[in-house]
Amino acid sequence: MSFLRTALKNRSFTIGFAITALVVAMAAISFVWTPYGVDDQRVMEVGLQKPSLTYWLGTDNLGRDLLSRIMVGARNSIAVALVAVIIGVGLGVPLGCWAASRGGLVDEALMRGNDVVFAFPALLSAVMITATFGPGAINAIIAIGIFNIPVFARLSRGAALALWKREFIMAARAAGKSAPRITVEHIIPNMSNLLIVQATIAFALGIIQEAGLAYVGLGTQPPFPSWGKMLNEAQTMMAFAPHLAIVPGLAIVITVLGLNLLGDGLRDVLDPKLANRRPAEGDA
Amino acid sequence: MLSFVLRNFTWAMLTFITRKLAWAIATLLVASLFIFAALEIIPGDPAEVMLGINATDEAVEALRKNLGLDLPVHERYWAWISGLLVGDLGTSYTYAVPVSELVSERIVVSLPLAFLALLLSTLVALPVGLYAAAKRGGVMDTTIMALTQFGIAIPNFWFALLLVYVFAIWLQLVPSGGFPGWGEGLWPALRALLLPAIALALPQAAILSRVTRSALLETMGEDYIRTARAKGLSRRATLWKHALRNALIPVITIMGLQFAYLLAGTIIIENVFYLPGLGRLVFQAISARDLIVVESVVILLVGTIILINLLVDIAYTLVDPRLRANRA
Repeated sequence: MSFLRTALKNRSFTIGFAITALVVAMAAISFVWTPYGVDDQRVMEVGLQKPSLTYWLGTDNLGRDLLSRIMVGARNSIAVALVAVIIGVGLGVPLGCWAASRGGLVDEALMRGNDVVFAFPALLSAVMITATFGPGAINAIIAIGIFNIPVFARLSRGAALALWKREFIMAARAAGKSAPRITVEHIIPNMSNLLIVQATIAFALGIIQEAGLAYVGLGTQPPFPSWGKMLNEAQTMMAFAPHLAIVPGLAIVITVLGLNLLGDGLRDVLDPKLANRRPAEGDA
Repeated sequence: MLSFVLRNFTWAMLTFITRKLAWAIATLLVASLFIFAALEIIPGDPAEVMLGINATDEAVEALRKNLGLDLPVHERYWAWISGLLVGDLGTSYTYAVPVSELVSERIVVSLPLAFLALLLSTLVALPVGLYAAAKRGGVMDTTIMALTQFGIAIPNFWFALLLVYVFAIWLQLVPSGGFPGWGEGLWPALRALLLPAIALALPQAAILSRVTRSALLETMGEDYIRTARAKGLSRRATLWKHALRNALIPVITIMGLQFAYLLAGTIIIENVFYLPGLGRLVFQAISARDLIVVESVVILLVGTIILINLLVDIAYTLVDPRLRANRA
């Protein structure tokens, strides 16, 4: 694992990796164990409590343990953001590579199509999907996934165009390899570093977007705990129970921070030349 | 500004702008088809929804005719799109008033909010990015960059909740929500929009200052900067006179993109502050299945985003002389 040895010398990577591993572990553990039952409502016996030794992060107005809900909510955030990245990579990269290898009209048409999709922030797609099919976590995944497609299509098109001009690709062409085969065997492996970095950033952005959609009621529906939904429920109790809003918010910030640091670290480690760049930035 | 534009005007520029304009219109048309199609496949008849389950078949039929729902799909699309051009967005199914009236009441909240947020984020980000670039590698640079990492990771609606807690609940300096309307004077209205705008601006400012810094550092590495330094210009003068202007291109791109997100972001932030903007309108419309309102708000926002992207493209040609020549 010489890669990991080099990578762990990078401070961003190490901190980001540790935070991300912690969040993933927390989500994984929640499948087998949580401190208390995630939906155990004990309004009378427990009620609303501030963080204490018994309830590390406190409880909500229904007496539900916040730590347990944060752990299970991590599952939701990770799942939605991950599937959305897979949609973006799975559709965006082939489209971008196709546009780059064909050029001309195909390229123009695909990129103009990209512009159309790009005009729909994830939130607007989610608004439309929800108006059509009703709310749910799947809508959030589709909306964020659609938003990711042009991001990855543009990135891979740009990278592929640059690669097609390189000598080793010309050699492959001279050897008689077909364009799809060159794309799979040479182009995609050579841009994988760039894709990994962008995927990490899209993952982080996806977590914020999911939380936003859940907050306005377009994402994961209760009773399944989601960080965004928890913030929504906390809003009316801000005055006397600020911990209800602070805890899920911090969970989001820490997770996103970890992923962003991981992305920055990966970029520095995988491609020192790009050290001062961020491939694409944006916010929902 | 105008004299600058006229002095630098070329025919190549006009061709470039015309082409971009044509693409923008085409993009908008395709987007409108998407929106129309998406809301077209919804099961359920709006006329039945409006009249409730006790309505007679004749009443439903009459309303369908009245709303134009009995027409074939392409005629309805045409009616919708041609209506859009003259500002006639149809009649809301639930409010029974013209959608254009509902939208214009709300857009005077959402649009100023997005502009205010963009203004705040730019006012903070440009100096901060410039300062960090000037102090590259120093303690301040490292601190600023670490802070921006946090800024990017903070969801704006959560930051909004924290602002409400500190400034409205705890310090009681501002109302926790609501909007007095512009009729009550400029200051009360701006005061109601201040916290939401700050909440929206924070993550954008963090991103924008990072972009400004890295764009500046990149241009500072260019040959012409070395030439400028070699001819005896101070570091400070090169930064202000040469690097800043060239670094503006990526900065403008990001600002254009950000405005789109700010506009979409207002929809969420309005919910935190109970602002009567487009966001509240669209969520009420979703739960009431008032699809024509949803349709109109979405096309309006998408149209604004396309327009902003077009303006950014045009701004390029003004800032970058190379684009003027190459795109002929």
